[in-house]
Amino acid sequence: MSNAQLEIQLIAGLVAVACAIPGTFLVLRKMAMISDAISHSILPGIVVGFFITQDLNSPLLILLAALTGIITVVLVEYIQKTGLVKEDTAIGLVFPALFSIGVILIAKNANDVHLDIDAVLLGELAFAPFDRLIIGGTDVGPKSLWVVGTILLITITLLFLFFKELKVSTFDKGLAASLGFSPAVIHYGLMSVSSVTTVGAFDAVGAILVVALMIAPAAAAYLLTTNLKKMLALAISFGIFSAIFGYWVAHWLDASIAGSITTVLGLVFLLVYLFAPSKGIIAVMYREKQQRTEVSLLTFLLHLKNHDEVEERHVNHLYEHINWQKVRAKTVLDLAQKNNMIHIDNQVVSLTEKGDEFTSKAIDYIITNEDAQIEDMKDDFFLFRG
Amino acid sequence: MDITEYIKLVFTDYTLRTITLGTTILGAVTGMLGSFAVLRKQSLLGDAISHAALPGIAIAFLITGAKDSNTLLIGALISGLIGTFWIRGIVTKTHLKSDTALGLILSLFFGFGMLLLTFIQKQPNANQAGLDKYLFGQAATLVESDVWTMAIVTGLCLAVMLTFWKEFKILLFDADYTKTLGFNTKFIDILITSFIVLAIVLGLQTVGVVLMSAMLLAPAAAARQWTNSLSMMVFLAAIFGAFSGVFGTAISASQDNLSTGPVIVLVAGVFVVFSFIFSPSRGLLFKQIRFIKNRRDLQLHKTLAFMHHIAATHDDISHPHTIKLLNNFQGYTKGTLQKLVDKDYVHLNGNMWSLTKTGFEAASNLYTKQSTEDE
Repeated sequence: MSNAQLEIQLIAGLVAVACAIPGTFLVLRKMAMISDAISHSILPGIVVGFFITQDLNSPLLILLAALTGIITVVLVEYIQKTGLVKEDTAIGLVFPALFSIGVILIAKNANDVHLDIDAVLLGELAFAPFDRLIIGGTDVGPKSLWVVGTILLITITLLFLFFKELKVSTFDKGLAASLGFSPAVIHYGLMSVSSVTTVGAFDAVGAILVVALMIAPAAAAYLLTTNLKKMLALAISFGIFSAIFGYWVAHWLDASIAGSITTVLGLVFLLVYLFAPSKGIIAVMYREKQQRTEVSLLTFLLHLKNHDEVEERHVNHLYEHINWQKVRAKTVLDLAQKNNMIHIDNQVVSLTEKGDEFTSKAIDYIITNEDAQIEDMKDDFFLFRG
Repeated sequence: MDITEYIKLVFTDYTLRTITLGTTILGAVTGMLGSFAVLRKQSLLGDAISHAALPGIAIAFLITGAKDSNTLLIGALISGLIGTFWIRGIVTKTHLKSDTALGLILSLFFGFGMLLLTFIQKQPNANQAGLDKYLFGQAATLVESDVWTMAIVTGLCLAVMLTFWKEFKILLFDADYTKTLGFNTKFIDILITSFIVLAIVLGLQTVGVVLMSAMLLAPAAAARQWTNSLSMMVFLAAIFGAFSGVFGTAISASQDNLSTGPVIVLVAGVFVVFSFIFSPSRGLLFKQIRFIKNRRDLQLHKTLAFMHHIAATHDDISHPHTIKLLNNFQGYTKGTLQKLVDKDYVHLNGNMWSLTKTGFEAASNLYTKQSTEDE
């Protein structure tokens, strides 16, 4: 592994961490799309900054671009406040307009500017190690490494200093305000950090990857835990893993590093989405199926309790009267029998003592409108779940 | 290039005519379908879908090896639809919110598309140049067959929309009610979403992935300000979209180095800003004017009530009082006083004022009866 390769992976890893931290809060605050908007609308800021400084890594350019990011947020909020359109429409209106201005600015000055939109939007990590920072004649490493490192350091410092405030204001705005933390300050602070991170990272990895690195690790982590600290840790690990693994995929395919990191992120999210223990799609579908059977079972037991007549309780009657398919009816009957709720004599079903008790309790809960309690009751009564 | 020359060119020059027609049709159809997207609170769906279409374009190219725009569009359509339904899957089956789902699909699909595009560029057959025009769009690459495709799709959209107008409308405003009426809401929903995806995919070649969402939103957001009727809104949005296309193309054609997509978006943006400010019922300007007018009326009432308060202590209601009395009272200005005189509520004589009979009556009834007449 060459030095340049190591540096690329280091930059990618640092960007991943720097993005995952604000990304987690954006996802929790339901503002994920804001990061997309910011990543596009910083373009005019970058272009204007570039005209002034002629250097993509200059701090002034980063400040100007971050300012454009804040302007985006302010504009979106202003439009929202007028009540003329919904929030998402406001986002969708603001960033393409700002992005268009950026594109036009570039196009009008195409001849004397070494900046093209592809680079801004997609970035090129492979070139990052060649832009060295030289202090007093000695080479201290790639410029973007220093830029991203500084931003990460600031982000982590802010995170440790204001963790409590961020946490409270994310989950309970009203409580945060009544405790004396200004939600507005925290909100704009988070927005500023997001903007600065986006700008600092865009030149290494491109605007789209910034969005992916902010949202995807946090979203995957959110499916696995509901603890904020664990979520942050998971998001950071997902980010770092995808950054390094993605680099090697790109190396192997000889394709864009940014694209490949995003693809790995996508795969990571897909895996979590499918297989997360309690919130993954498979777990959810299994639970839904289970609940469907259990609701059928309850309906069936209620039916039995309501009817003493033999013909109403005959097994065949289930198929005819309640209109269940054969398989369904059999599943429900088996489940009821396994749980000792019913016994079957001569094809006639009757409730056992336990079944009777369960059904009476269920009726009580249904009458008093406390249906949710039935879920807890199932734990007491069921030996086998649906 | 002056206007008349330009107009002449539109009718004679093949390229300019094709582009103008293309952007106009595109603006109309996106405006039309965008109205539904905006009202269904799916504004950002356009952004997500347009990004999600990229891998479809790349895969279609990898499979067919041809750059035929119709094949690529079908690829884009399929991957856009997959993206849309995955977004829906995430929102309905997990606790992730729609913004997260949109951002996820948008960035992940786009990144995957970029991976494929860069992979294609390294392939030996050098036929791949020009795929990246889908990123930022190049209206200049439109040819007549593209315009025909657009026209056919637009016709199809129009036909479907008119056939299912009632269903679309009722689903838009009351989904539960629609279900109870026995409509197949899932089908209608999929139909309308598919057409939105189709319109987005259609625009990729012209305005590109990034700006497509604005084409969808801006005309609809502008049209929303002028009317509360769905049919009127769809119609207006189509008009605004079409005009954005015409003006945008005209402006970008008359200048060097000005790409069409961003200019169209900015023109549409101007429509939005204009509508936000000048719409008579919802616009910011008229809202502000109404606000000021209401405040003035309130001050007038306050002054009148104060005068009545003073006059009521005297036997003769028209007993003159000095204007100075009003000075320490907030609602009093020269303007309001003059207004009261004009209404014949107050009689002025030098530095003295006195209530007239009508003024006294109006003031004593001020808070007891609703005055229908606007002051």
